[in-house]
Amino acid sequence: MGAARAKGCARVMKNVFKPHRVVLIVLAVALVAWCALSLNWTWLANPKYQMLIVQGIWRTIWIVVVTMVIGMILAVPIGLAQAAGPWYLSAPARVFCTVIRGTPLLMQIWLLYYGLGSLFPSIPWIKQSDLWPYLRQAWPYAVVALSLSVAGYEGEVMRGAFKGVPHGQLEAAKAMGMSPFTLLRRIWLPQALQRVLPTLGGETVSQLKSTPLVSTITIMEIYAVTGRIRQDTFIIYEPLLLLAVVYMCLTGLIVLLFRWLEGRTPTRTA
Amino acid sequence: MMSGFEAIAAAAALDLLAFSPPGWGATLLAGLGNSVIIALGAYGLGFAIGLCGAFGKLYGGPVTKDLLAVYTTIVRAVPELVLILILFYAFTGLLNQALLSWGMDRVQISPIITGIVVLGVVQGAYQTEVLRGGILAVPAGQIEAARAMGMPSVLLARRITIPLMTANALPGMANLWLNATKDTALLAVIGFSELTKATYQASATTKAFFVFYPAAMALYLGISLTSTFLIGRIEKWARRGQRDVRG
Repeated sequence: MGAARAKGCARVMKNVFKPHRVVLIVLAVALVAWCALSLNWTWLANPKYQMLIVQGIWRTIWIVVVTMVIGMILAVPIGLAQAAGPWYLSAPARVFCTVIRGTPLLMQIWLLYYGLGSLFPSIPWIKQSDLWPYLRQAWPYAVVALSLSVAGYEGEVMRGAFKGVPHGQLEAAKAMGMSPFTLLRRIWLPQALQRVLPTLGGETVSQLKSTPLVSTITIMEIYAVTGRIRQDTFIIYEPLLLLAVVYMCLTGLIVLLFRWLEGRTPTRTA
Repeated sequence: MMSGFEAIAAAAALDLLAFSPPGWGATLLAGLGNSVIIALGAYGLGFAIGLCGAFGKLYGGPVTKDLLAVYTTIVRAVPELVLILILFYAFTGLLNQALLSWGMDRVQISPIITGIVVLGVVQGAYQTEVLRGGILAVPAGQIEAARAMGMPSVLLARRITIPLMTANALPGMANLWLNATKDTALLAVIGFSELTKATYQASATTKAFFVFYPAAMALYLGISLTSTFLIGRIEKWARRGQRDVRG
C-alpha cells in the first residue's frame, strides 16, 4: 500500500515537473504576482467590504444549499409522475419541465419577482396574512424561482433514473407483497437516487453558477457585493477577478464534496 | 358579467401586444431578432473555437493541451454572468487600447458584436469538451486506416473524423444550442435590448407583467421546440447508415 502510494506520488510529481509545465507554472505565478502587486487591492483592507464579502459568500452558499434541497424534494414526485403516473399527472409534469427548461432562468426570476410582487399587494387577504412581511422581501421569490428551476431540470433526470431501475427489482418487491409506498421508499427511490448521484455534482455547480442572477432582484449575494464595491470605488477589474476566484473555489469545493460523497456510497462494480 | 370583463381584459392584452406603437409587439419581435442573431453568431463562433480546441486538446503539443485545459476549466467553473462582465470590459478595453496605440481613434463596438464575441468564447469552452468527446468516440481503426493510406491531416479531419463524429456529438451540441439561446437573456443584465430586456421594459412601463412575460416565454419556448424538432431531423440524417441499437 505504502509503496504503491509512493509510486503514485512520484508519478504525479513527474507529471507536474515536465519542462513545459514548469515554464507554464512559473508564468502563472508571475501573472498572479503581477495581479497582486500592480493592481489596486487597497479596498480589500476596508473592514466594511470584508464584512460584505463574507456575508455575500455565505448568502450564495445558503441559496445553493436551500434551493438544491427544495428542488430535489420537488423533483422526486415530478420524475415519478412522468415515469409511472397516469396521464393527468404526467402531462402537467412534462409541461412544467418543458417550460422551465425552455425559457431563461432570468425571465422566470423576473416574472415571479416583478409579476407576483406587483400582484400580491392588490389582493387583500394576502396583505393581511402572516406571510406578508416575508412576501415583501426579495429572497422568497429568489428561492422559489431557483428551486423550481432545479425541480424542472432534475425532474427530467429523475424520470430517467426511475425508468432505469431494473424491472426485476420492482417485480420481486411486488411478489414479496410490498405495498406500493414501501416499494417506493425501500426499493425504487434509493436505487433511482443512486443513479442520479453522479450527475448531482454537476447540477450543483450549475446551480452555483445561476445564483448571480438573483442579484438582479436586489439580493446581496457575492456577485451583488462586488457590484456594489465597483460602484463605490470606481475600480473595474479587481473585484471581478476576486469574484471569479471565489466562484472557482466554490466550484472546486462542490466537486470535492460530491467526489467524497460518491466514494462513500456503496456500489458494486462488475 | 365575468365573461364580459374577461373579454375586455383579453382585448386589452392583444392591444398591448399589437405591432404598431401603442402596442409593444414590434419591440418584443425586435428583441427576439437580436436574441436569435446573437445566439446564432455566438454558436457559430463557439463552433469554430470548439473545433480547433477539440483537435488541439487531442492532437496538439503539450503546451497547447495545457493552455486549452486551463481555458475550458476556468470558463466552465465561473458563472456566465461574471464571464460576460469580465470579457465585456476586457474586450472593449483591450481593443480600444490597441487602437489608441496604433494611433487610431476609440471605437464604440456595437452591442451585438460584443454579445456575440463574449457568448462565443463561453460557448467555445463547452463545445471543445463536447466535440472532443465526439472525436474520441470515432473508432480508432477508421482514423488509423486513413493515416495508413497517407491522408494528410486536414483531409483526414474533413473526410473521416468530422463526418463520423457528427452523430456522436449532436446530442451534446443540441443542448449547447439551447443553452446559447437562453444565455442571450444574460446580456439583458448589461443592458442589451434583446428579448428579456425588451420584455422587462414593456412590462415595467405598462405594468402588464402577466401579458408580456408569458408572451416572451412563449417565444423562447417556440425557439426551443422548433430547434428540438429540427435537431431530431438532423440527428436522424447523421445516423443514417448506422445500425439501430434497438434492433
